[in-house]
Amino acid sequence: MVKIKELPDVELVQGSYACAGCGGILAVRMALKVLGPETVIVTTPSCLLGVTTFYPQLAFKVPCVNVTFPSTAAAVSGVVAGLKCRGKKGVRVVGLAGDGGTVDIGLQALSGAIERGDNFIFICYDNEAYMNTGVQRSGATPLGARTTTTPVGSVGRGEERPKKDMLGIVAAHNIPYAATASIGYPQDYLTKVQKAMQVEGPAYIQVLSPCPPGWGYPSELTVKLARLAVQTGQWPLAEYENGRLTVKEIAHRRPLRDYLAPQARFAHLPG
Amino acid sequence: MRAYLNGNEAVAAAVRLARAEVVAAYPITPQSTIVEKIAEYIADGSMEADYIRVESEHAALAACYGSAVTGTRVFTATSSQGLAYMFEMLPYVSGCRVPMVMAVANRGLAAPWTIWADHQDAIACRDTGWIQLYVETAQEALDTCLQAYKIAAHPEVLTPVMVCLDGYVLSHTEEIVDVPDQEAVDRFLPPYRPEYSVDTQRPYVFGVGAGPDLYPAFKYYQQQAMLRAKEVIKEVDREFQAHFQRSYGGLVDPYYCHDAAVVLVVMGATAGTAREVVDYLRRQGEAVGLLRLRSFRPFPVEDLRAALTRARVVAVLDRDCSFGYEGVLATEIKAALAGLPVQPQVAGFIGGLGGRDISQEDLAGIFRHCLEAVRRQDRGEKQVINGDWQK
Repeated sequence: MVKIKELPDVELVQGSYACAGCGGILAVRMALKVLGPETVIVTTPSCLLGVTTFYPQLAFKVPCVNVTFPSTAAAVSGVVAGLKCRGKKGVRVVGLAGDGGTVDIGLQALSGAIERGDNFIFICYDNEAYMNTGVQRSGATPLGARTTTTPVGSVGRGEERPKKDMLGIVAAHNIPYAATASIGYPQDYLTKVQKAMQVEGPAYIQVLSPCPPGWGYPSELTVKLARLAVQTGQWPLAEYENGRLTVKEIAHRRPLRDYLAPQARFAHLPG
Repeated sequence: MRAYLNGNEAVAAAVRLARAEVVAAYPITPQSTIVEKIAEYIADGSMEADYIRVESEHAALAACYGSAVTGTRVFTATSSQGLAYMFEMLPYVSGCRVPMVMAVANRGLAAPWTIWADHQDAIACRDTGWIQLYVETAQEALDTCLQAYKIAAHPEVLTPVMVCLDGYVLSHTEEIVDVPDQEAVDRFLPPYRPEYSVDTQRPYVFGVGAGPDLYPAFKYYQQQAMLRAKEVIKEVDREFQAHFQRSYGGLVDPYYCHDAAVVLVVMGATAGTAREVVDYLRRQGEAVGLLRLRSFRPFPVEDLRAALTRARVVAVLDRDCSFGYEGVLATEIKAALAGLPVQPQVAGFIGGLGGRDISQEDLAGIFRHCLEAVRRQDRGEKQVINGDWQK
């Protein structure tokens, strides 16, 4: 169990261009506190690349390899093999991609890398749409959400399909470790990152990372919404370990309305 | 050691001799026997490398890129649709200035679906910032792969290289190949250790973003490196000759060009057939020559001009087409010769698409067509010389 008070005050990501209240950069910053300096990040054209690695403003204090949108996990495999060849042990290779770069265009490469059993951690910071390109729906957009490609009009009622079950997909690969997390539950999230580090082979974490402009809420609500998503049962905190799926119990479920009401993307839904 | 190898086996032998450390591959015909052979080498312990069995060509190149930035020597191979599928990764690798070598067993692009040779696949990747070298024989395929590692990693070049060999015609046809000793190759090709690599002690970013103020500078330096590569390709060829007593002339490979009225320009294995035809026509007293273009990118403008300056007519045989215009090589040769005070006429021909045989008769026909044009010119008749399609 990670103790928040014992986390290092050293920052491995700083000076980024992220929006105020960005859940994605928070997910990365928190993870790096656990992952530590012996980490290589592999990332992809996304909000994250846009706000951290635009030359000459480079926000990471760990090596970072940017690659094409579909290829995060494939480049991860390459970095893992390369470091092995160079005899560099104890360096963790971490793929970081948004939901589009993971569940849609990046899915094939991720499937290949998991199936090969390469030793890496893949963190999907899930903000439930293509936020970098202006809030278009992705395979991770929840049912009913308004995006720029699932607009609400006299006929359109937002996203028509339920969110893709990515945990189920990676679990079907017999992955050693997979989990969902939320930046609203840092201890749970960071403990999962720590578990992922101890796994021999691939590990996958999908961390819900609210997006103020994309979801349409005031930026100070990011952590609160990340908690409400869990408390309303919209985003279960699950773990897939040794072939078993466990889900964190929610003692007092909040009404779904509490989660949906502050967000403009759900404003069209009946009260 | 002399061995009976096809082009693909020769490439695999070169990759082993170059001591590639990471190979990522996805099978596609007619490339697949290259990476099968490498897999056998690793399985029998005669080659020490990490073999990443990826799920697509796109992933193959992404994995090579990821490995190369850690400072390892990498290899992959592809053909046709596989190269097209890699297209997005190609400028990523070259723009990030990651040296690597990829063999392309050239094959036509669908539709119609085909598995046989032409150059459309690699030509379509012309502007992706990769060096493209086209070889004539299996021996040259082996030697060029060794040269390519040296060219790619040259500190003033730092650009990936495609070694292009015609599908089946070279990839699956056996010839006697001189396979150099490992010790000799080690003397020619030192281990790859770049100045910048993935290192937690020195945390660089690879593949950065760049805004309009800086992006052009990155591209300018890339262009400078490509232009510099012209001299480096020649230097490496000379160095190769000093080590192995074999040379391919660097960028272009002229054959009887010095006094030829008609010179045929080709790339790849067609040159072998063309040499026979040149010999035959020379015996008949015709002033014909052949120019094999070895380096398509960088484009050897100066060397071409020097070799073609005395020609009256330059015939260009393209195994590709830029649809709506003409063969790509024909356009490029015209552009290269445009600055000369006395310009030879250029006639573009398109042939050998999708593996159609290019026979001696086809090539003799091109020469005769152009020789006749020279004779008409000598009679004072003015007319444009048109090339033709092999339909």
